[in-house]
Amino acid sequence: MTDLTARLRSTLPAAVVPPTFPTPEIGYAVHDTSVGRLLLARRGDDGPVIASLYLHEAATGQGAADGHDTEETALTRIARTTGPRILRRAAAFDKVRRELDSYLAGARHDFTVPLELSLATAYQRVVLQTLGRRVPYGARASYGELAAWTDRPKAARAVGTALGANPLCILLPCHRVVGASGALTGYAGGLAAKQALLALESRAS
Amino acid sequence: MTLPPFQLLVDAHWHDVARLAAALAPPGEAQDVSQQAWTQAYAAYPRLRGADNLRSWLLTITHRAAMDAHRARARRPDPVTELPEPALAPATSAAADVSASAESDPALWAAVAALPVRQREAVALRYVCDLDHATVAAVLTTTPGATRRLVSDGLATLRRALAPTSTDLAPSTAHSPAHSPDSPADSPADSPAEDRS
Repeated sequence: MTDLTARLRSTLPAAVVPPTFPTPEIGYAVHDTSVGRLLLARRGDDGPVIASLYLHEAATGQGAADGHDTEETALTRIARTTGPRILRRAAAFDKVRRELDSYLAGARHDFTVPLELSLATAYQRVVLQTLGRRVPYGARASYGELAAWTDRPKAARAVGTALGANPLCILLPCHRVVGASGALTGYAGGLAAKQALLALESRAS
Repeated sequence: MTLPPFQLLVDAHWHDVARLAAALAPPGEAQDVSQQAWTQAYAAYPRLRGADNLRSWLLTITHRAAMDAHRARARRPDPVTELPEPALAPATSAAADVSASAESDPALWAAVAALPVRQREAVALRYVCDLDHATVAAVLTTTPGATRRLVSDGLATLRRALAPTSTDLAPSTAHSPAHSPDSPADSPADSPAEDRS
């Protein structure tokens, strides 16, 4: 009976099941798309979406993945703003997933899910809201143009930083902002993803 | 100091919470107890100061939920409590248990369920949850010395219960007052009543 303590450590008294929870403060889901893996987060089960962040995809190693969040780092970042009551909630994202998939298939040009920029700073909010208003599907803008629209014409670099911190990737189309020369510069999802999104939007017309 | 997202706690510890609940809860209530523990943990979580030992925090809540369940059961006269435990199969039926994986050990857990409550708490916290004696003592609000004794008595009881032929163990009852607080930790002869012929 020398293995008694080992048996206590390793065996199960009964079938065990994971706990369930009522609607959490923040629910999230991971969604794999044609341009990368996204972590989606929203308030409650049907409140506004507060995050759509590219995650590192260990499986594919696509793009410049080094700067990408993991599920854990992304959630930790969200928790700093929202508090720690964050739970996985796959079923709460069916509609968001459908809209994203439909957009990525070229069948939809905008999103109906409510968005909230609580993870952005005040300046990032101004830039991202201006982006949403002024740069429609299929269009492109330069960082300088966006800076001018936000009444800070010399702030192209700050605009770039604000867009780089976009907490609502794809849903707020920071991929439509390119260098003054038209060159694709950085993108949270990697340049290949930015290229794919711009190509997708230019196909439809 | 920021608390980690709650889902990370669930992913890391739900298995341990379920195991402790199954070891400590009244028969058939393990799932309710672990669910209750998680509900309480979720409610209290944002007010928690310090993320140093979230695992023992969760296990303490689970222990308390299990003891609450025992108290609630004792308060209500319930004919169901008279029935044999349905959740724990008898020793010989492991092969017949459809849910039995390599990890199931019904004989062991039936014996754990039959331990006196303090021994069961101590053994479960020490080995099912792998807490050290100081932490077990904190959860049980007693001293590490006392938990060592409870653990050692509990293991001795389990060894006897799981011995292949219990008749071999029959009774030198002469040394039996092992439950007095002064008894040596590894007293060989605290035979439970059912082992006596």
